[in-house]
Amino acid sequence: MNKMTLQTEGDTHIVVTRRFAAPPEAVYRAHTDPKRVQKWMLGPEGWTMPVCISEAKPGGKIRYEWSNGKGAGFHLTGEYLELEPYSRLVHVERMHLPDTTPDNHVETSFDPEGTGTLMTMRMTLPDAQTRAAMLATGMERGMEASYVRLEGMI
Amino acid sequence: MDAVSNLDVAFSALADPTRRTILARLAKGEATVTELAAPFEMTQPAISQHLKVLEDAGLVVCRVDGTKRPRRLARAGVDAMDQWLAMLRKALERNYDRLDEVLASMEKQKRGEKR
Repeated sequence: MNKMTLQTEGDTHIVVTRRFAAPPEAVYRAHTDPKRVQKWMLGPEGWTMPVCISEAKPGGKIRYEWSNGKGAGFHLTGEYLELEPYSRLVHVERMHLPDTTPDNHVETSFDPEGTGTLMTMRMTLPDAQTRAAMLATGMERGMEASYVRLEGMI
Repeated sequence: MDAVSNLDVAFSALADPTRRTILARLAKGEATVTELAAPFEMTQPAISQHLKVLEDAGLVVCRVDGTKRPRRLARAGVDAMDQWLAMLRKALERNYDRLDEVLASMEKQKRGEKR
């Protein structure tokens, strides 16, 4: 039931879906409340997010800083563009590795499904090269870079 | 070239729709340049150029068969990409497993407040 899917779409999109047992309101809150984001958006084992800023309002700032506790780290900055509690979020984000990656435009929807939620996250990169680079260098959330099984690409 | 920059080249090679189609065709079995060019409105030199990019990226290899040069998928290169994606995918799945736990504790808290 909780199985995640991740696929590339066209030349510039990456689409992730995941089902959750909780209703849309809870899943939405867990994506926007910094105290909650800090608990799960960590990527590989051993990483933490010591700094988490999430101003959930149009124009609000996003800043996530990750650390592996051994001196390695990177961060992400972004801005919220549209918020429709508790069904839809639109934001832009970029990684600092420390070089800044091109903007990733992310639209996340939370649709009720039975007593749970179907989350669909659709990322749009500026061009095919950027998406390829993102897939190849992948880090963020263990993902940003991650998405996509090879079947989705060929 | 180290493994990571190899992957970078491989993913860049996949950023082109024609090259993805070529790989999809080769996933079904060996093919010559003529066979690979057939579905496209492209000249054979143009297809050869795409094949060179795929070969440099370690995703396609060439075999000599008399005057023919059939191409096939390079298992090692494709497997390396697959493993990389599987690892990233696993990290993402781990995130969402943690989110399940966060959601479960939110529900518990909510039930507690109602009592």
